[in-house]
Amino acid sequence: MAADAIVENDAWSDFWQGVRLSMPVVVASAPFALLFGAIAVDNGFSVFEAFLMSAAIFGGASQMVGIELFGQHVAPWLIVLSIFAVNFRHVLYSAGIGRRIAHWPVARQALGYFVLTDPQYAVAEARAQSGQTVGFAWYLGLGLPVYVFWVVESALGAVFGKLIPDTHALGIDFLLPIYFLGLVLGFRKRPLWLPVVAASAAASIVAYKTVGSPWHVSIGAVAGVLLAVILPPHHSGVGERP
Amino acid sequence: MSSTFWIIIAGAIATYLTRIGGHLVISRFDNIHPRVEAGLNAVPAAVLTTLVAPAVLNAGPAEWAALIVTAIVSLRGGLMAMFLAGAAVLIVARQFVG
Repeated sequence: MAADAIVENDAWSDFWQGVRLSMPVVVASAPFALLFGAIAVDNGFSVFEAFLMSAAIFGGASQMVGIELFGQHVAPWLIVLSIFAVNFRHVLYSAGIGRRIAHWPVARQALGYFVLTDPQYAVAEARAQSGQTVGFAWYLGLGLPVYVFWVVESALGAVFGKLIPDTHALGIDFLLPIYFLGLVLGFRKRPLWLPVVAASAAASIVAYKTVGSPWHVSIGAVAGVLLAVILPPHHSGVGERP
Repeated sequence: MSSTFWIIIAGAIATYLTRIGGHLVISRFDNIHPRVEAGLNAVPAAVLTTLVAPAVLNAGPAEWAALIVTAIVSLRGGLMAMFLAGAAVLIVARQFVG
């Protein structure tokens, strides 16, 4: 009994630790959820459809692209393909995080992959890198608030869309790049960090100017990952980590 | 159900496939080759950089100031401190340079 209580306590404290880390993500994504809801209704979605899209897809950039194409009356299959293309980077997250959560029961893993967003991956991967286990309670604490706020705020944006004040003056269009820069810098102690960042930055900018968005994300990411693969393993520190 | 409904459901399935697909492919291999592991370890820096770099290129002085402050604070502070510092600089700077 006592042991059970201790395990439960640990799970709760892990959960709350995750919740604490989720707060910057909740703050940074709130304006985008509201904006998404507002734009969705503007482009012909009902409030329920805006809510459903956020609840079922849970991927901000892909939802914005989907809504934009929907408003332009593009063929349905092309909308779905575009959503897939924008979200394609998650394949890399999925391959990376699988190593960290392989000890969970399968149903929990299935749920874990559902909430595998950019910040979810980055924060979980950082925890694994620091030598701590990525437990289900902690992971859920990190992901659940982001999901709940995202869905609720999308619906609110759809209902009250016209009331959003001057988004530019409040700087909300640039909050996510700031947050992502912080995450990138958080990984700076890793082997090959600078070459990988340089390769990805250069490739994504070139791709952005030539192929265009959203492909610059996948192309830039592949460039950085390929560099790490091609360089001899002793540069990347694999096998010599503690 | 409307076609919108089905577009959303298909988009959700496509998205979930990207989120679980990498794991399903990688888990088929018993041993992960050191080079593959090195590549996986490079994923966070590689992908997150692509979400920042084009935005930096298209930004102006207010955004650059915010990013520089974010970078400086991140050397010492935690994620929240760095984020709030960057956001504060951005909001203040935009009152002056739009």
